[in-house]
Amino acid sequence: MKQLLLNGFAILLLSTISLKSIAQEVDLLDLVEDKTPKKEIVKNAFKSIRVINGHSMEFLSPGTMDFRILHRFGTLNQGTKNFFGLDQASMRLGFDFGILQNLQIGVGRSTFKKELDGYIKYAPIRQSTGAHAFPATIAFVGGMTMNTMDFADPTITNYFSSRLAYYFQTIIGRKFSEGLTLQLSPTMVHNNLVPLSTQPNDVYSLGLGGRLKMSKRMAFTWDYYYLINGIEDDVNYNPLSIGVDIETGGHVFQLHVSNAVGMNERAFITETTSSWENFDIRMGFNLSRIFQIKKHKK
Amino acid sequence: MKKTIFFLAMIAIVTSAYSQDKYFTKSGKLGFDATVPKSPENIDAVNKAALCVLDTKTGDVQFSCLMKGFEFDRALMMEHFNENYAESDKYPKTVFKGVITNNASINYTKDGTYPAKVKGQMTMHGETKDVEAVGNIISKAGKLQISANFNIVFADYKIVIPQLVADKLAKTAKISVDCLLEPLKK
Repeated sequence: MKQLLLNGFAILLLSTISLKSIAQEVDLLDLVEDKTPKKEIVKNAFKSIRVINGHSMEFLSPGTMDFRILHRFGTLNQGTKNFFGLDQASMRLGFDFGILQNLQIGVGRSTFKKELDGYIKYAPIRQSTGAHAFPATIAFVGGMTMNTMDFADPTITNYFSSRLAYYFQTIIGRKFSEGLTLQLSPTMVHNNLVPLSTQPNDVYSLGLGGRLKMSKRMAFTWDYYYLINGIEDDVNYNPLSIGVDIETGGHVFQLHVSNAVGMNERAFITETTSSWENFDIRMGFNLSRIFQIKKHKK
Repeated sequence: MKKTIFFLAMIAIVTSAYSQDKYFTKSGKLGFDATVPKSPENIDAVNKAALCVLDTKTGDVQFSCLMKGFEFDRALMMEHFNENYAESDKYPKTVFKGVITNNASINYTKDGTYPAKVKGQMTMHGETKDVEAVGNIISKAGKLQISANFNIVFADYKIVIPQLVADKLAKTAKISVDCLLEPLKK
């Protein structure tokens, strides 16, 4: 009897060993996996750091440089005489640099008024998911433009400061889904010198930009600035640009139609003298190429 | 007396069987290379935070890694990898579950190099496919260094390579595994 009991107990022990190893065969990974939720920054809300004209909520990765060539043609309503505006072109060359994940700087020069421009963009908060999630990216941009053309009237006293204008912008943007991003940009442009005394030096506007992603590499974008003050009837208008972004490997092509010829904030916000109603719209494209300046250490 | 000894021996076997049978790491190295030969652009990345668990008794081996954990030399390549190819927001993890087919021939507790054959299934980008690999297990000072190499075909996992970049990206990727496993203490 004792023998039987002992044997029986031994068999029971043996079977518990085999049962235990079968039970754990299913998911070994469960034993070591770190299940705590982690914070993840939302990326690729826009394919480029500019919606079309205005800054987007997107930042360049640290150590990368974006080489940008912007082109704005003449107005379409000129017909075949100027080949629908293609015979005339205004251009901006720009270089943008990613310093930190949330800090970016850039410089550029436009042929329109031979204007130099520079800016710093910083986001204290970025949209994230997971632990400590935040629903939107909030970024601040501070920029300056400098007109480098000769003064119109050299006989009067001309001040260097008359060449300068400044702009300050807050970007509040959110990537709602893989397909839709929207952003709001309240902006203030300060012109040191304005053409007429009836025009304000400080122009306040609200930017509305967004993107609708059509496929993995193509998106429909729009960029509108509503001027709160500073609009003079038949003199200047709100700039509206709509276009398509196409991404091909290292390049992003932004093809669009706009009424604004300026490519820096001072120019396209306060100096858009063409209107959509008169069909004074022009084709344009932005060409962006990203270079890795500082390699990641692997 | 004999029976008591037998009984005690049973207990000894049972308790020793529970210790040192599972090894793991949370910092395993996984590399992938999809460079086209003679192409000036290197397409390769390393993931240094792969999870690996090995049950030496059964030969079960499992890997898991986050797609966003693959580090590239170029930030833009990493962004494209995650956004357009791996679609990491939709399929954040890649998991491999398999078994070492020649597990019986490996003496994990004795220092030495043992060739190993692994067979299992890998789930990536929402697709599950059979994978076979050949590698080595080096047992030294109670730790296991496992290394293996195998190839995967992107099309098998429904990873689409557009015509535009077809000649810049190889259709198969070489995967390398290099992990140092330590005993899992429960």
